[in-house]
Amino acid sequence: MSVVFVVLPLALLIVGAAVGAFVWSARSGQFDDLNTPAVRMLHDDAPTATKPVP
Amino acid sequence: MSTDTLGVTTPVATSADVSCTHCGLDVPDGLVDANASTQFCCTGCHTAYGILHAHGLDQYYQFAERREHAVTSSGRLYEEFDHPSFAQLYVTTANGGLSRTELYLEGVHCSSCVWLVERMPLLVPGVARAELDVGRSLAVIEWDLTAVPLSDIARSLDTLGYPPHPFRGVARDAMRRKEDRAMLVRIGVAGAIAINVMLAALALYSGALNGMDPQYERFFRWVSLAVIVPAFVWPGRVFFAGAVAALRTRSLHMDLPIAIALAAGFIRGAINTFTDHGPVYFDGLAILIFALLVGRFLQQRGQRMAADAAELLHAVAPSSARIVEGGVRRALPAEALVSGMVLDVRAGESFAADGVILEGRSTVNAALLTGESRPTSVDIGARVFAGTLNVQAPVLVRVEEAGESSRIAKLLRQVEESARRRAPVVQLANRMAGIFVAVVLVAAVVTFVVTNRVAPDQALDNAIALLIVTCPCALALATPLAITVAVGRAAGRGMLIKGGDALELLATPGTLVLDKTGTITEGRTALVAWHGPEWVKPWVLSLEQGSSHPLADGFRRAWDGLATLDVSDVSHVSGGGMLGTVQGREVRVGSPRFVERGVTERGVMERGVTDADEVALRHAIGAMDKTLTPVHVAVDGRLVAVAGLGDRVRDDAMASLQLLRAAGWRTVMLSGDAPDVVAAVGRSLDFSADELVAAATPEDKLRFVEALKRNGSVVMVGDGVNDAAAIAAASVGIGVHGGAEACLATADIYLTRAGLSALIELTEGATRTMHVIRRNIACSLAYNLLGAGLAAVGLLSPLVAAILMPTSSITVVLGSWYSFTFLRTASAEART
Repeated sequence: MSVVFVVLPLALLIVGAAVGAFVWSARSGQFDDLNTPAVRMLHDDAPTATKPVP
Repeated sequence: MSTDTLGVTTPVATSADVSCTHCGLDVPDGLVDANASTQFCCTGCHTAYGILHAHGLDQYYQFAERREHAVTSSGRLYEEFDHPSFAQLYVTTANGGLSRTELYLEGVHCSSCVWLVERMPLLVPGVARAELDVGRSLAVIEWDLTAVPLSDIARSLDTLGYPPHPFRGVARDAMRRKEDRAMLVRIGVAGAIAINVMLAALALYSGALNGMDPQYERFFRWVSLAVIVPAFVWPGRVFFAGAVAALRTRSLHMDLPIAIALAAGFIRGAINTFTDHGPVYFDGLAILIFALLVGRFLQQRGQRMAADAAELLHAVAPSSARIVEGGVRRALPAEALVSGMVLDVRAGESFAADGVILEGRSTVNAALLTGESRPTSVDIGARVFAGTLNVQAPVLVRVEEAGESSRIAKLLRQVEESARRRAPVVQLANRMAGIFVAVVLVAAVVTFVVTNRVAPDQALDNAIALLIVTCPCALALATPLAITVAVGRAAGRGMLIKGGDALELLATPGTLVLDKTGTITEGRTALVAWHGPEWVKPWVLSLEQGSSHPLADGFRRAWDGLATLDVSDVSHVSGGGMLGTVQGREVRVGSPRFVERGVTERGVMERGVTDADEVALRHAIGAMDKTLTPVHVAVDGRLVAVAGLGDRVRDDAMASLQLLRAAGWRTVMLSGDAPDVVAAVGRSLDFSADELVAAATPEDKLRFVEALKRNGSVVMVGDGVNDAAAIAAASVGIGVHGGAEACLATADIYLTRAGLSALIELTEGATRTMHVIRRNIACSLAYNLLGAGLAAVGLLSPLVAAILMPTSSITVVLGSWYSFTFLRTASAEART
């Protein structure tokens, strides 16, 4: 049972990493618009011949 | 459907009478198969049809929304988008020397729109990036200013069927976005912490039931403490900040009791962790923070969605003017106008600035500014005001006052002023908060004193347990949840509610002040009375066909679909009427005086029109409602028909007003229109004389509403700029369908469907919402009473507390969701 003294802090570290990832994604605006990306992913990619912007 | 079929990239000759079975667009000539029953514009459509048909899914073609009308461009040139003042207002610089702007697009509704708009870089060289937020119809465009002007981009968006409008709230939007992200982060962090504290609590509870080594128990307690500290200092801080603010302003807020409970629970839990005995309440507290944050977020989002929808309507209002400079006409944003410029205003357009007419004569509808329902004629030298509508003919106007100094802008400043002065409504839950704090604190002290005599070592524990278990979580959720659900459902029924306070005020009857023009009436000229034979109607219609006079418009609307005849020798007599020849007979339609001039003794008997008929007509003229504008018709010098045109009262007005009065509302009609018109409309709708106010200027309206407000809540319903100040000053301001921009911006509630029946639904829905809120509050108080009772006698174990607290919240959530405050759209259709 004493393994819990090691495993629990480890689990909390992982939680901390997940929370950090969430905070980063929220702050970089990935949750701003939840509707459009859902329909955007249905579209085919633009032809690769897209001209680079002058 | 590909871009080809929209005619964007490949110009192909198409046959106008053959349309594609799949997408409904015109089929190119070469692809028409004369022998087939199905026609396709491209292989893609053919394949799609084949797949659907093979699977028996032909029903697809019955869905009306698939059959979109052909894309039509508005034909606007969007020159004003290139003007420096436009750039200054709406364009920012993006990375890599690009320019960036946000545009509201009309007509965005599905994923194809996203696809098409985001292909802008392919369609218009020079556009670097186009991104569309489909929920808000807002497109972000980044482009190279040196390669392509914004008007080109705007025009091609317009060609695709998405007329763009500048988005006016960029700065506020950025702030709001930041707030939203911060809120989301808080919820996420609080949620993660709550779940982990609960896991630790699960171990502790099972340990308490089955036995657990003290060292593990101590470890789990310390872990809980360590994990919950961030929840207090980060997401939970908002409650403490709110409580401090409430104390400082000596106002009551739900945050105060919440902060007391959170602080009491945390301090006691921390002490118990250090001293290693007694309960810790961390699991309950963590869930509490999370649930309260979610409730707050939902409330904010619901109200914001309603506000956004109103703002979209707002953005569609025109904001450009056409100026004449050295004989050349070009478009300019309304903000860039300065006095001295000459404006070209066509019939049907609004004036963009105050000014004096230089050329042309027309009639002006100032209903939006003054409430006057009858258009007035203006001649060279007459003053016209921004926001009023040029009805009849094109005119040239020299700008005198533009922008901030125009009359409408001054009026709007007054509107803002009264909106700012309005004291916020203290919501029911916050009013309860004060009583709640007092009762809980007294109960805690009593528990401490009483238990101190019986069992001194238990006293502090019991008092603190009471403080924690009475944390008004459900109470704090009760109002926001019920209001969020109601606001969401109301939006589906065409009622955009921007604040929850409005619902609370609408639930109890008070004084309902209604504007006349555009609110009780339809706000446009319609044919109300007609005395005359049927056969004259096509004659009159044929003659009026070419006129842009508002009265002619009334005839056209009333007899839409009636066949017209050939007319010759048409002449338009200003201030009189129309004169023309139909089937060889001279026909006069117009003002009584003008027609009377053409009536002669020699007038022949016309198709069975007898002298008796004429006597009847003369009688009808005498009996006609004085508020209507009379139009007489004479054929070959003989009076044959009389029409009365006016602003018609909405069909549902009488029934709606009766229902509202029956519900206890005092109805008042407040109008800027002439007293005779107001009196006549008032009489027909059973208003008593003291409930009618006529010829009120916008300032009068404001004073009237403010005076009424001293005796109770006032609901103001209106549509024009002239009502805007009164709407802002009223306890609840309601803007009706088709109203002016200013009205949209200040109204608490905006109705997107025509008619007054929405008011009934609104008041009934508000009453039901308040009922749900009261039920929620009663429910959560019952839980609190139970918990407090158990805590006071020392029977409340941490486990019972942990179960009791979320149960009360869940009851409130379910109670709010499954209550019928506003009808859901589907069932409502069946009723109406």
